[in-house]
Amino acid sequence: MIGYLIQRLGTMAVTLLAISALVFVIINLPPGNYMSNRIAEMQASGEAAGIQRAEEMMAEYSLDKPVWQQYLIWIGALPGPTGFSGLLQGDFGWSFELERPVIDIVGETAALTAIVNLAALVFVYVVALPLGAIAAVRAGSWIDYLASFIGYIGLATPNFLLALILLTYGARYFDIPAGGLMHREFEGEPMSWAKLGSILTHLIVPTIVIGTSAAAAVMRRLRANLMDELHKPYVETARAKGVPPVMRTIRYPLRMALNPFVADIGNLAPQLVSGSVMVSVVMSLPTLGPVLLHSLKSQDIFMSGFVLLFVSVLTLVGMLISDILLVLLDPRIRLKSKRRGA
Amino acid sequence: MDRPEHYISEAPYDAATDRQVLERADLDAPTWVLIWRRYRRHRLGVVCLAFLAIGYLLLPFVEIFAPYLPNSFDEDNIYAPPQSLYLFHEGEYVGLHTYPTATVYNVHTGLVERVTDWDRPLPVPVLTTCGEPYTDDLMVNPVLGLFDWNFRVICPPDEGELFLLGSDRLGRDILSRIVYGARLSMTIGLIGVAVSFGIGLVLGGMAGYFGGWIDAAVSRAIEVFRSLPELPIWLALSAAVPISWGPITVFLMISVILGLLDWPGLARAVRSKFLALREEDYVRAAELMGASPARVIGRHMMPNFMSHLIASASLSIPAMILGETALSFLGLGLRPPAVSWGMMLNDALNLTAVEIYPWLLWPMVPVILGVLAFSFVGDALRDAMDPYS
Repeated sequence: MIGYLIQRLGTMAVTLLAISALVFVIINLPPGNYMSNRIAEMQASGEAAGIQRAEEMMAEYSLDKPVWQQYLIWIGALPGPTGFSGLLQGDFGWSFELERPVIDIVGETAALTAIVNLAALVFVYVVALPLGAIAAVRAGSWIDYLASFIGYIGLATPNFLLALILLTYGARYFDIPAGGLMHREFEGEPMSWAKLGSILTHLIVPTIVIGTSAAAAVMRRLRANLMDELHKPYVETARAKGVPPVMRTIRYPLRMALNPFVADIGNLAPQLVSGSVMVSVVMSLPTLGPVLLHSLKSQDIFMSGFVLLFVSVLTLVGMLISDILLVLLDPRIRLKSKRRGA
Repeated sequence: MDRPEHYISEAPYDAATDRQVLERADLDAPTWVLIWRRYRRHRLGVVCLAFLAIGYLLLPFVEIFAPYLPNSFDEDNIYAPPQSLYLFHEGEYVGLHTYPTATVYNVHTGLVERVTDWDRPLPVPVLTTCGEPYTDDLMVNPVLGLFDWNFRVICPPDEGELFLLGSDRLGRDILSRIVYGARLSMTIGLIGVAVSFGIGLVLGGMAGYFGGWIDAAVSRAIEVFRSLPELPIWLALSAAVPISWGPITVFLMISVILGLLDWPGLARAVRSKFLALREEDYVRAAELMGASPARVIGRHMMPNFMSHLIASASLSIPAMILGETALSFLGLGLRPPAVSWGMMLNDALNLTAVEIYPWLLWPMVPVILGVLAFSFVGDALRDAMDPYS
């Protein structure tokens, strides 16, 4: 297990390196950069005073160097003008637009992004597992149809639309608070139970919105898997021996059907993270989504680069969790990894 | 006792022959016949396929179905609510008509209201020429020479407006925009899938056929691309599309961007199919007879997994349609004067507007229908693709 973990973390690091390079190239695709655009603007309007400062800034953040050098400086593998200070050293850069260090801006929002995504992942499990299982056992009943109806709606409705609908109608009919993360009076207050409660109720809609399509996909797959298992002879044997129906389903077939299902969570992680970006923009949640959109539009590269990297890390962690769960759940994989780890 | 009149064959009866003839015909039928036969059993899949087929056949002629041009605005009818069509006026049949509405400022409440004049039925012309001739910045349509350049199925009444699904913040007809938007929203998925299909086929095929370091490199690339969160990267890539580009180039670019992240799944499927098929006897036989790699792949291996690939590709079209909608919704996708469903929904980003003018959400109906139809067709195709099972 430990050997497997080390190996898994190693591939994760390599993947992360590749992703960081890819991300850096992508954010540098638009011509020019924030500072050169500023300088052009200032030249056009004849502000000579600012140009000097802007050029200094460009040199300070090595924006005048070729892209590959900028990348190495960004990740901290090459010394910048002020020595090694990159991602590896824990320096996430400077946001040109907000004129603050990136870490200041994302500190709280990054944690929140992780929380929202984790909540959505839990939601997916909690909803999809029982619904999918019941739908399979009671195939053809109203609950099966209900589950597949919800499934198709979740599949076909873009989640930002779901957010819009829940925002307008949830607020009107169910008194579910929508938009923002907490009630206005708690903003800037120290943490208390009341504040926590307010945050939790505000998390309901985003969680549902982000999780629904993933839950739909997982539910369909679990149903199909369990249906296959339920018709196997060993289930028949259990029935003949008089194992009660609930035990008969949970003990063996459900466990068998869960394996591909858990492996799927790894594929769901990117989907969930993507969804959360979108939903945060619609619902004005203070997560990384709106920050990303804004920084991309204004070419604030260190900001957008960090956010993209952070959501990629979240995705990778999601995949890691699914792989570990899979090893814990499936003895066959456990055996194989032991041999490999030894 | 009378002998039966009808003919009886002298040949000895063999119960097995009838069945064998049937099975023989089944086995000898071309694959696509078998696939189609199985596909037909999926009733929902057939309905959705018909729906999509009709939809795509009508795409070149969308101009005829829209009462207005997509970008013609009307400052007198901003946020006009949907109008209905009627056949009877005060119990009397007068043909298809609607009633004129106008925006009025209510002095007592201080609000702007829409008032309908129920005494003046306005006949709605059907199947005639009316309005401005079609102009389309995006796709020039040669087929339309068949009709007059302003022939329309339904026209606004002579003195009045016809907003069957309401109008938006610039007074543009939502129905017309939905109809025009179908063109881009429904084709973007096809182009995107074509791109991802091309990349996936080439890379997956190379990895599976040649193996070795190529396989290792491609597999690693697949891993990396698979773990990228799609939407943020889509956003970053579309933010890089220069502002100066024209609508057609932007449209093509966005569809390429949508396809760029989708190929890993396909490449993986192709690779594993290649690995499996390479061990087959008929592939070895072809190689021994001196067939070139191109021939082995093209003539012997491709026909064996193409159908699977098409099925799985059709399942990723819905994701692309949703992707375009999301990008345009956030303002990073297609740009005016192009019209797409996602761009229309961009107006709905303003929550207060949605509460007061709920008809702004109409474009989500075609999005959901399109995505559902593609999902069902994809599911049915996947089930039907294995006719020998």
